[in-house]
Amino acid sequence: MTTRRLALFAALLTVALTGCGGGETTDARPPGGAVTGDVTVLAAASLTESFTRIGEDFEAANPGVRVTFSFAGSSALANQINQGAPADVFASASPANMTTVIDAGNGDGNPRVFVRNQLVIAVPDGNPGGVNGLADLAQPGVKVALCAEQVPCGAAAARALDAAGTKLTPVTLEQDVKAALSKVRLGEVDTALVYRSDVRAADDDVDGIEFPESAGAVNDYPIVVLRNAPNQPAALAFVEHVLSGPGQAVLAAAGFQAP
Amino acid sequence: MPQPDKVAVAPARSAPSPRSRRTGQVPVALLLPAAIGLLFLLLPLAGLLIRTPWSTLPQRLTEPGVLTALRLSVQAATLATLLCLVLGVPLAWLLARVDFPGRRLVRALVTVPLVLPPVVGGVALLLVFGRRGILGGWLDSTFGVTLPFTTAGVVLAEAFVAMPFLVIAVEGALRGADVRYEEAAATLGAGRWTTFTHVTLPLVAPGIAAGAVLCWARALGEFGATITFAGNFPGRTQTMPLAVYLALETDLEAAIVLSLVLLTVSVVILASLRDRWLGSS
Repeated sequence: MTTRRLALFAALLTVALTGCGGGETTDARPPGGAVTGDVTVLAAASLTESFTRIGEDFEAANPGVRVTFSFAGSSALANQINQGAPADVFASASPANMTTVIDAGNGDGNPRVFVRNQLVIAVPDGNPGGVNGLADLAQPGVKVALCAEQVPCGAAAARALDAAGTKLTPVTLEQDVKAALSKVRLGEVDTALVYRSDVRAADDDVDGIEFPESAGAVNDYPIVVLRNAPNQPAALAFVEHVLSGPGQAVLAAAGFQAP
Repeated sequence: MPQPDKVAVAPARSAPSPRSRRTGQVPVALLLPAAIGLLFLLLPLAGLLIRTPWSTLPQRLTEPGVLTALRLSVQAATLATLLCLVLGVPLAWLLARVDFPGRRLVRALVTVPLVLPPVVGGVALLLVFGRRGILGGWLDSTFGVTLPFTTAGVVLAEAFVAMPFLVIAVEGALRGADVRYEEAAATLGAGRWTTFTHVTLPLVAPGIAAGAVLCWARALGEFGATITFAGNFPGRTQTMPLAVYLALETDLEAAIVLSLVLLTVSVVILASLRDRWLGSS
């Protein structure tokens, strides 16, 4: 979405402008093991709420650290990294987009799966379309939003629909999972296939319906420190924090599954 | 004594007078920023051309989705421009010729879509024309008409974003036009409607054409309001800018090819129309 890309641009600009002093922040590791400086994390749109929370916790645990997030579709983020976007950490909603980054030589070390996410059927409060299972999505008159297959949630939806043998024509193929969810929130579609964590985040306006076929389309979320990370110590510490007990607790509360 | 200065006052549209052509050098203070400005506008285009995968270009161009998206883009932009002409010219006339209370406010409000981020414009359109929208709910229950996720929705989103360009251009032309022609028509007994169709419209035709060209170009490149209000589905609502955006997710080269197609088509159409309507120099 344009606004998000603008936000990213602003974030990147900040990094670029402050990047000259990057040498100091990299080695500035005060006694006690705490890290300092700016960390820029590019994360999948579905991580928006949980990573924002984890970022706050991480800043509280490491005074002097400031975490800047850019949330967008994983594929767009992977593209930006491979085009030279200066960032420290990449958290992807699918291994495929992580592979793009690793193959381009932009990862530092092996990516680690930190969480998994499963699709659910999202319906607006009150379920006006009367959707109860995956088969109902193919009913005539039921308006469905899916993610485009180029983004992870769309690829997962295609796998789940294939597994169920369900053929349907959505009214729209959205550019990321949050865009699909917002169409449900506004009541413009009767249902969408989104992640369980997204429904949890939009609890007030949206209900989630679990469906068995989603077990065949579980997404692994890998995370990696980037090779050109301006602030590598803080980047490593952030990844450790995500994998730690407190980090995993935030993610579990947001509806994610442990890896 | 002859007044040579009078010559320079001749209308700019006609051929430059011999005197103004002779008036020495182009000042560097104007030439330098002009050249930098031109470079600034053209360099990104050069960037696209440099990265274009020329060897695979033919097969990429013949991929089925490309032509569909291009056709939809041109059709939707043209329909949006027609809609803007039908609604925008009278609105411009009202703003330029009728003195009503709150005219300045209305004039400012007309430009709101210019400053509104298009994505917000799309959400605003959903809140009005969406299924649960103020008008959309009524349209749906009364006529069974739904606009989101349809080609009509694309036209509506593009018209919303592009209309200010037309209104501003036409209003400027109307304000610049000599009202004495209209007054003369009125004294000869023509009503306001006859004056409008027989005097005003021909008088500001170049301004309307210029506004329509701007409006069409803006509609053709529209992204944010379209994807928000009309969604993205190939053949129905996926215009070229949307196809470019999604191609960018996985395949940079495909995105560049699509952008080039859109640019080429728009430049060709705009160049030919400008020459015909506005008179080439």
